[in-house]
Amino acid sequence: MSFALDLFSVVAVSGGALFYLAGTVGLLRFPDAYTRLHALTKADNVGMALVVIGLMPQVGGVLAGLKLVLVWLLVVFSSAAVSQLIARTARRRDART
Amino acid sequence: MTAETLIALVACALVGIGLYGLIVQPHPLRKLVAFNVMGSGVFVIFGALARRGAAAGMPADPVPQALLITAIVVAFAATAMTVALLLRLIESTGSASLAAEPPAADGEAR
Amino acid sequence: MRAVVSLVVVLLLLWLAVWTVVARDAFLAVAGFIAYGLLLSLVWVRLYGIDVALTEAAIGGGLTGALLLGAVGRLRGTEAAARSERPGVGTRVLAMALSLGVTAALVLCVLALPEPGPTLAPQVARELPATGVGNPITGVLLAFRALDTLLEAIVLVIALIGVWSLAPDRFWGGRPGMRHHADPDGVLAYFARVLPPIGIVVGVYLLWAGADHPGGKFQSATILAAMWMLVQMAGLADAPAVGNRLLRAGIVAGPLVFVAVGLLGLWTAGYFLGYPQGWAKPMIVAIEVALLPTLVLVLALLMSGAPARSAER
Repeated sequence: MSFALDLFSVVAVSGGALFYLAGTVGLLRFPDAYTRLHALTKADNVGMALVVIGLMPQVGGVLAGLKLVLVWLLVVFSSAAVSQLIARTARRRDART
Repeated sequence: MTAETLIALVACALVGIGLYGLIVQPHPLRKLVAFNVMGSGVFVIFGALARRGAAAGMPADPVPQALLITAIVVAFAATAMTVALLLRLIESTGSASLAAEPPAADGEAR
Repeated sequence: MRAVVSLVVVLLLLWLAVWTVVARDAFLAVAGFIAYGLLLSLVWVRLYGIDVALTEAAIGGGLTGALLLGAVGRLRGTEAAARSERPGVGTRVLAMALSLGVTAALVLCVLALPEPGPTLAPQVARELPATGVGNPITGVLLAFRALDTLLEAIVLVIALIGVWSLAPDRFWGGRPGMRHHADPDGVLAYFARVLPPIGIVVGVYLLWAGADHPGGKFQSATILAAMWMLVQMAGLADAPAVGNRLLRAGIVAGPLVFVAVGLLGLWTAGYFLGYPQGWAKPMIVAIEVALLPTLVLVLALLMSGAPARSAER
C-alpha cells in the first residue's frame, strides 16, 4: 500500500513539475505580456494542484493535508489577482504608446 | 566535501560578488542591492557554522540561528533607512550621484 | 539525490547573485534580488534552520524586495546620470582582485575550521525545559539571549525615528507615501478585502505556534504588516499620520513592556531579564504579545518611508 502511495506521489509531483516547465517555456517563448501571463498562471496553478495532490499521501494527518490545500488556495487566489493587475497595467501601457 | 561545506564555500563567493557590485556600481540603489547580497553571504556562512554544531538531538546549533534572525531583521531596518536617505538625496539635489560634482541629468559629465 | 538538488540550488544561487550585481537595469537587478532571496530560503531549509528560512523568505526576500521595488519606481530618472559615472577598467580590475582576495581569505577560513564544530546545543537542550517553550530558537531569542531581542526592538524603533526625521519640515508629522486610489469594485480592492482576514489568522497562528514549532513574532509581524500594506495599497485605508499619539504609543509599548519585564526580573530573580521559577512561559508570552503590535507598526512604517504629505486628509 505504501509503495502504491509513494508511486502516486512521484507521478503526481512529476506531472506538476512538467506543468511548471510548460509554464516557464511559455514565459520565455510567447510574444507578449498577455500570452505569457496566460501560460504562467494557468500552467503554474495546475502544476501546484498536482504537487499538492501528490504530497497529500505523504503528510501525517488530515490537518497537515488541509494546510497544503490552504496553501494551494492562497497561491491560486494571489496569482489570479496579480495576473489581472499586471494585464491591466500592460493594457494601459500599450494604449499609451 | 559535505553539502554544508559546499554551501559555505558558495557563500564566500557570494560575499565576493556582493563586494564587487558594491565597488563597481555607480548608482547608490545598486550598491545597496549588492551590499544586501554580501550580507546574505555572510549570514549563510554563519548558518553553515550553526549546522556544524548539530548536537544533543538538534539538527543545528540554535544560538547562531537565533542571532541570524536578529541579523536579518536589523539588515532590513538598515536597508529601509538607506532607501529613505537615498530618496531624500534625490529630492534635495535632483540626482542620485555620490560624487562631489554630480553629472547633469542627461548623462553628460560636467 | 539530495546532493544533486543542493548542487542545483547553490549553482542557481551563484548565477542569480552575479546577474543581480551586473544587470543593466535597476529593476532587473531588484527582481533578481527577490528571486535570490526566495532561493536563499531553500538553502536555509537545507541547513536545517527553518525559523531562519521563514524570516529570510518573509523579511529578506519579501519586505526588502518590496522596499527596493518601490525605490526603483521612484528613481527612474536618475539612472541615466548614474550610468555616466561607471568606473573605468582599472577600477574594475582592482575591484575584481579585491573581491577574489576576500573570497579566497574566507574560503581558507572555512576550510580551516576545527573538525567537531564547537556548539552550544547541549547547553540549550539542558536549559530549555525550564523555560516552558519547545522551540529552541524561541528559547534562545526570548530566554537565553533576551537582551539581544530587546536591543533589536529598540534598534528597529530608532531606525523608524531615523526614517521619519528625513521628512521635509512642512510635512513633519504627516502621512508617508502617496494616497492610493483603486477602483472600489476592482480586483485589487477585492483582493485586499478577502486576503487580510486569512492573513491575520495565519499571522496570529504563527505567533502562537512559535513557542513549540518554527515561527515566532518576527515572521508573524511580517505577515500582519504585509496585510496592512495591502489594505493601504488598495486605497481601503490611508497611511497613518506619523504624529498620531496612539500610533507612537503603540510603537514604544513593546520595548517598554520588555524593559518592564526585565526590571521585574531584576527584582524577583536577581538579574535583568531573569525569569522567576515557573514564570518563564507567561513572561515570554507577555513579551511576545506586547512586541507584536510594535513590530507590525515598525515594519509597515519602515516600508512606507518618510512623511510626504500633510496630516490632514
